[in-house]
Amino acid sequence: MTENTQSTEIAGDERFPEEELETLTQHRSLWGDVWRQFRKHKGAMAGVIVFIFITLAVSLGPLIQGIEPSAINFSERNFAPTLAHPLGTDNIGHDTLAQMLAGGQVSLAVGFSAMLIALLLGTLIGVLAGFIKSLDGPLMRLTDLFLALPILPLLLVIILLFRDTLRTLYGPEAGIFMLIVFVIGITSWMHTARIVRSDVLGIKEREFVIAAHSIGTRKRRIIFRHILPNILSPIMVSATLGIANAIITESALSFLGLGFPPDFPTWGRLLYDGANFIQITPARVIWPGLFIALTVLSVNYIGDGLRDALDPRLRGR
Amino acid sequence: MKYIISTLLTLAIAVGIASPVQAKRGSDGQLNLLYWQAPSTMNPNLSGGTKELEASSVVLEPLGRYDENGNLLPWLAEVIPTVANGGISKDLTTITWKIKKGIKWSDGSALTADDAVFTYEYCSNPDTGCTQSNYWNDIKSVKAVNSRTVKIEFTVPKPFPYAPFVGYNAPILQKAQFDGCQGAKAQECTEQNFHPIGTGPFKVVDFKPNDVIVFEANPNYRDTSKPAFGKLVFKGGGDAVSAARAVLETGEMDYAWNLQVEPEILIKMEQGGRGKVVSAFGTSVERLMVNFTNPDPSLGDMRSEYIGGNNNRNAHPYLSDYNVRRALSLAIDRQVLVDAGYGKAGKISCNVLPAPAIYASSANDECKTPNVAEANRLLDAAGWKRGSDGVRQKGGVRISILYQTSTNSVRQATQAFIKEMWKQIGVETELRNLSASVFFGGDISSPDTYQKFFTDIEMYTNNFSGTDPQTYMSNWTCKEMAQKRNKWGGNNMPRWCSPAYDALSAKMSISSAMKDRIRLTKEMNDMLMQDYAMIPLIHRGNVSAHSNTLSGVRMNPWDSELWNIADWTRK
Amino acid sequence: MIHYIFRRTLIAIPTLLVISFIIFAILDLAPNDPTGNLPMTVPPEVRAKIRSSLGLDEPMHIRFGLWLVQFCVNEPLNLLHEGFGISIGDAENRTRILSWATRSPVVDLIIQRTPQTLWVVGLSYLFGILIAIPIGIVSAYRQYSWFDQVGTFISMVGFSVPTFFTGMVAIIIFSVQLRWFPMIYDTTLVVDSWQNFVSQVKQMIMPVAVLALYNASQLSRFMRASILDNLNLDYVRTARAKGRSERAVLLIHVLRNSLIPVVTLIALGIPTIFSGAIITEQIFRVNGLGQLLIIAIEGADIPLVQTLTFIFAVLIVFFNLIADVVYGILDPRIRYD
Repeated sequence: MTENTQSTEIAGDERFPEEELETLTQHRSLWGDVWRQFRKHKGAMAGVIVFIFITLAVSLGPLIQGIEPSAINFSERNFAPTLAHPLGTDNIGHDTLAQMLAGGQVSLAVGFSAMLIALLLGTLIGVLAGFIKSLDGPLMRLTDLFLALPILPLLLVIILLFRDTLRTLYGPEAGIFMLIVFVIGITSWMHTARIVRSDVLGIKEREFVIAAHSIGTRKRRIIFRHILPNILSPIMVSATLGIANAIITESALSFLGLGFPPDFPTWGRLLYDGANFIQITPARVIWPGLFIALTVLSVNYIGDGLRDALDPRLRGR
Repeated sequence: MKYIISTLLTLAIAVGIASPVQAKRGSDGQLNLLYWQAPSTMNPNLSGGTKELEASSVVLEPLGRYDENGNLLPWLAEVIPTVANGGISKDLTTITWKIKKGIKWSDGSALTADDAVFTYEYCSNPDTGCTQSNYWNDIKSVKAVNSRTVKIEFTVPKPFPYAPFVGYNAPILQKAQFDGCQGAKAQECTEQNFHPIGTGPFKVVDFKPNDVIVFEANPNYRDTSKPAFGKLVFKGGGDAVSAARAVLETGEMDYAWNLQVEPEILIKMEQGGRGKVVSAFGTSVERLMVNFTNPDPSLGDMRSEYIGGNNNRNAHPYLSDYNVRRALSLAIDRQVLVDAGYGKAGKISCNVLPAPAIYASSANDECKTPNVAEANRLLDAAGWKRGSDGVRQKGGVRISILYQTSTNSVRQATQAFIKEMWKQIGVETELRNLSASVFFGGDISSPDTYQKFFTDIEMYTNNFSGTDPQTYMSNWTCKEMAQKRNKWGGNNMPRWCSPAYDALSAKMSISSAMKDRIRLTKEMNDMLMQDYAMIPLIHRGNVSAHSNTLSGVRMNPWDSELWNIADWTRK
Repeated sequence: MIHYIFRRTLIAIPTLLVISFIIFAILDLAPNDPTGNLPMTVPPEVRAKIRSSLGLDEPMHIRFGLWLVQFCVNEPLNLLHEGFGISIGDAENRTRILSWATRSPVVDLIIQRTPQTLWVVGLSYLFGILIAIPIGIVSAYRQYSWFDQVGTFISMVGFSVPTFFTGMVAIIIFSVQLRWFPMIYDTTLVVDSWQNFVSQVKQMIMPVAVLALYNASQLSRFMRASILDNLNLDYVRTARAKGRSERAVLLIHVLRNSLIPVVTLIALGIPTIFSGAIITEQIFRVNGLGQLLIIAIEGADIPLVQTLTFIFAVLIVFFNLIADVVYGILDPRIRYD
């Protein structure tokens, strides 16, 4: 079977030398081209800069600021921004800036890892279901099942089954991190899968895919060379939505007791906890809200730039 | 003459306006209550949640109930039976209640002793699944002596026989309405459970479970001038903060219940000047439970199981050391916890039983002022030395505490404070919060229930209803230890076991003189406190808010907050 | 196509059976308990009695079987009986699915909650779609114009700031400060006069707006992306070359082909109208199906959660089937046989 498809592919390549030639010439400068195009995209470059800034701030910031996020000062509760506490303090006496920076590390890590899991799963299932007819039924019924599962009770079952094992294996923080990323990933891939499948259903009937089929191109090659680049934009949108979703969901999980220990700040959690204090210390909610939005916005623009840069029809323009 | 009559009339009208007693029923329009936890049924016997009890208390009434100071008042009864007035037999085995004359149900029929007898039969039927059945314990019979006299006979002498027909937990149901709803049928009587007929100031017009209840004034209420409100809307849903906002900031609601919210938020809202926050202290104490048994997961089935004996193999590795427990208590600055989490709704407590005042002990006041130096000295003296990471240890055992409680922003703040306070005495703490429905759920397949207590320290509030502490104090006897053999069905979560305490508890159940009961209660409380079986933190009050236009609210921690709703008026 | 729909419907039955069993198993395994919300003063013996009165002593497969029979046979028959007066069998003694917390028939609760959820969540979804499609089209057509940039910013904020926050801010501004709208939704309000209609509109504005913003921000991003993908395709060039007006090219050719992902999302979204918007309903006390579900989950009211979740599952399967059929209509190249 494998041999057979290989040989047909070689035959196909011989029959259409122009296509091969094109890929070859492109190959030298493909990523260079993409990068050149990407750099021209103002929004994307702004996105990259903001994103790098946020990442640097949360990773290097705590070293510069030097206040422990968990440090409590009983006498300094609900402070408005001061020199010592640039973003003020919360109702317990935590420094809001220190909490923001520490929380950012976790939120970014959770947001990206969970989004990647959901995106990979969703794209994989969507492409397979759309492209391979025999898999369509089973995979889409599986998607229906996951869409219908009652999330909250499911999470409670997951905690029951895995929390203690992971805690003893990897410690309370790393163990919980893996659990959270897994849980968010496994419960949020379905939209991506449905959308990717619907796009693939249309694209696989387009002329260039049919042509590739007819010349006997391997399925995997068709998927990677012809299908995936054409469904990149919905995937990029899913990625942007996925990060926002993961950051917020993480904080919802900690209310169930599935999240990080309660003294472990994350952006979503700061936003939740601070919401009731909006009339007393507005900085507590504005900053986490703003940073979640900025992260999502920067990822969105990077996604836009990437999509434009990878689109061969636009690249020449 | 004519002149005099008209002056008298004017005077009478003026007096009528001035004194609410003579107000006309329904003259004050609509009253809006907001209970953010919405009632799911109107039958207090099928759901024991406070929200359901509160809602049904405006319709269903008991024979006697507590006022805001914890005094028993005759309600549908003429007097509170006592040994002195002959209502209670000398051997304390019977109590006879006499119903007031002329009490009518809202459908116009008369309340009789048969209704009371029926209520007992209804709740004591095991198939009913009555949530209030512990109010009907040890009863041999309930009989109607005549149409207005009920006699309850107990199987044992009852020094405090005021559970059946007393308070909002055990009100009287109408026999005619619930006759076909006993036993297994109780579940299916939706119409009756949602629209019970009562003797109270209001009757149910529309009941939407977990959403809203609409009441109107009971046309057959015994006081023809009450209630002042013709319509009562009892809205549910949402959260505590926005409930407070609806009363204190927008004024859409007149009364909001159970506002456990950080004090600064309530103070800020109160500044709007539309309403007031009120609190009342019952018996609730937020406390730390100390695990006396070893919760190590590697013990498998023996996790948190009490073995006891001289060689208590399953004792907790460090919490079984008296010095550690005492140091943990000494290190806590309770005033900080009150200020940050409770405000008006909390007081420092050094007792597990802070109220009623006659039972409150003053022997444990050491805890009122934190003493970190003394705590450190105790630990040093007991051989717990700080390691290189600052955490104390002895013989390879580190004092590293896993501290669990339910999810609630005030509780998580308390956890954060205590963690920091314990850090100062070289104790490491890992915090864990659990969804309340799991933590308090009691599902025996879950390791996270407060009964299983598979951690070192846990925190929650407990209390008792009514004013008699006998049952409550028996919670910490050895046989009450929650563990595998009783499917974690006991009330002694610390698994603290003392034969001396058990003896006191046994003595309490047969002592009837008030003086002895007070002495025994204090002794038991002190024993628990001085061995640090529990570390009390805060005496918690109930907090509600009401509009400035509402008068007559008397917050009652011993009974329904709506106990005197018939007297509420609009200013 | 008929053959395809028929085959899918047949497959749906075993699929739904499996889904319902998995849901039941999860609910049964979940570590919460119907007596968990009772005060601590209720002793353990009483709790055990309550559990057995709810039928929790029975093994799981029996409880599942009972639920299945009640849901698939008794409840539809009861609806026939009450709605149309047609009684089949013994209508009086038929057991219905009872909620554990309220002891009332689950289906009645669902019927009671549906109007407010349809009004608030349904309308917000409708508005969301109506806002998102034009914004998506214009944003894509005028890519990187100021309109696109502003739209992008608003939609990013719209879905990265959760509704609990936007809802609360709306309450503080419009209820506390300006006093324009009530913060509490009155579910007893009957619209029978102009005045009541105005009250109804007033109490719906905030929850609908908050949810519509959230829905529109997601949908408009997908719409924009999809139009962008299509704008550069050959058929658009062909249509332009044939001299079709720009408006016709955009609205007839591009829009039609771009709707596929949007149809997918709408089909995924319609069932969620039924499951309600848990957070928004809580904030404004709309007390619709979302609030019913969350209270049931917190109280471990298994019959209620099971029924709600299962109806939700039926809707998901149904609307995903509809979406698959619509793909075929929008793009005739998509074939399933």
